[in-house]
Amino acid sequence: MQKSLPLLCLLGLFALLTSAVLVENGYQVGDVATDFKLKNVDGQMMSLKDQKNAKGFVVTFTCNTCPFAKLYEDRLIQLHQKYAPLGYPVIAINPNDVKASPGDSFAKMQERAKDKKFPFAYLYDETQEVAKRFGATRTPHLYILQKTANGQMKVAYIGALDNNSGDPEKVTQRYAETALNSLLANQVVAQTSTKAIGCTIKWRAEAQ
Amino acid sequence: MVIKTYQKKMLRKSLLLCLFLAFWFAGGTSVFAQSPSVPVIKLPQLQKYLQSPSDTTYIINLWATWCKPCVEEIPHFEALQKQYAGKPVKVLLVSLDFAKDLDKKVIPFVQKRQLKSTVLLLDEPDYNSWIDAFDPAWSGALPATLFLNNAKQQRFFVEKPLTPALLQEYLSTKFSL
Repeated sequence: MQKSLPLLCLLGLFALLTSAVLVENGYQVGDVATDFKLKNVDGQMMSLKDQKNAKGFVVTFTCNTCPFAKLYEDRLIQLHQKYAPLGYPVIAINPNDVKASPGDSFAKMQERAKDKKFPFAYLYDETQEVAKRFGATRTPHLYILQKTANGQMKVAYIGALDNNSGDPEKVTQRYAETALNSLLANQVVAQTSTKAIGCTIKWRAEAQ
Repeated sequence: MVIKTYQKKMLRKSLLLCLFLAFWFAGGTSVFAQSPSVPVIKLPQLQKYLQSPSDTTYIINLWATWCKPCVEEIPHFEALQKQYAGKPVKVLLVSLDFAKDLDKKVIPFVQKRQLKSTVLLLDEPDYNSWIDAFDPAWSGALPATLFLNNAKQQRFFVEKPLTPALLQEYLSTKFSL
């Protein structure tokens, strides 16, 4: 027993380190995303596997309160309206902790979805598990998933919707659309990840 | 008659002097009441700090007036500026507000909070083109803070809201401050 103690400690440490690394990094492009089950603003639980006809998804971590997330609401609606009929609906997920950000409660999400007439699902990631698993750090933060032949969800793009948050008219690169067009044309996505300014996700106090 | 003209001249002169003084005074006070200056900079100007060879510890905080946790932690950075007065420590508050919001939001914020640290507005809206150049570990979320001393080859980046205790911990353990 005494001999195995250091080994146990080492194993424990290893497990701790690897789990920390996993949470830190989240998904990389090429990884397979696992499905989730979250409550939509219509009160129904929703999973990716429910949408059998989808070719993939534009999973977007967003919220009610971040000005940068709000700047993209109309653009997300347009993206959904253009690409949902082609098989890539937007799935919006709000990961903010309600204690840290009271404006992101489920009731407020329902209000926002109604006011803006969101044509897409707006899901509540109450435990923040999904955001952590994806490795989302900010709102807005997009993940384009592509359904493979065997039904897996492969991460094809991570990042921003386009290259100008402040002014849609000054956008010169539509990252998400370009990636989706490549996927729809069975081509390789040229730019698989981008970075952009956003609001840090409001994590629960104990999770920090 | 002569005296009267003289008086009139004097009166006119003193009136002019009064007017002059009034203008001068008004001008003088307006200098004192001037709104704080927040230079709008581009990336190369920020990189001058990032590449500064001096033995100065730069604490570069990336923030925006619309970012609640950023606004909450700004007093902690202001306190550092005071705590390390006279020492080679420099706090830079780099705002990522839109340049169009400079007069409407950023300057009034700096004025209201009476910020003493250097405040700059980085006008580079094509974020993906420079975020990695600032620090590859940065995802783009605000707030974020870079601690840097090039002479000592020390660099530490953190992407989360900071408390005074955390700031002190980083500065003492990583920069011996």
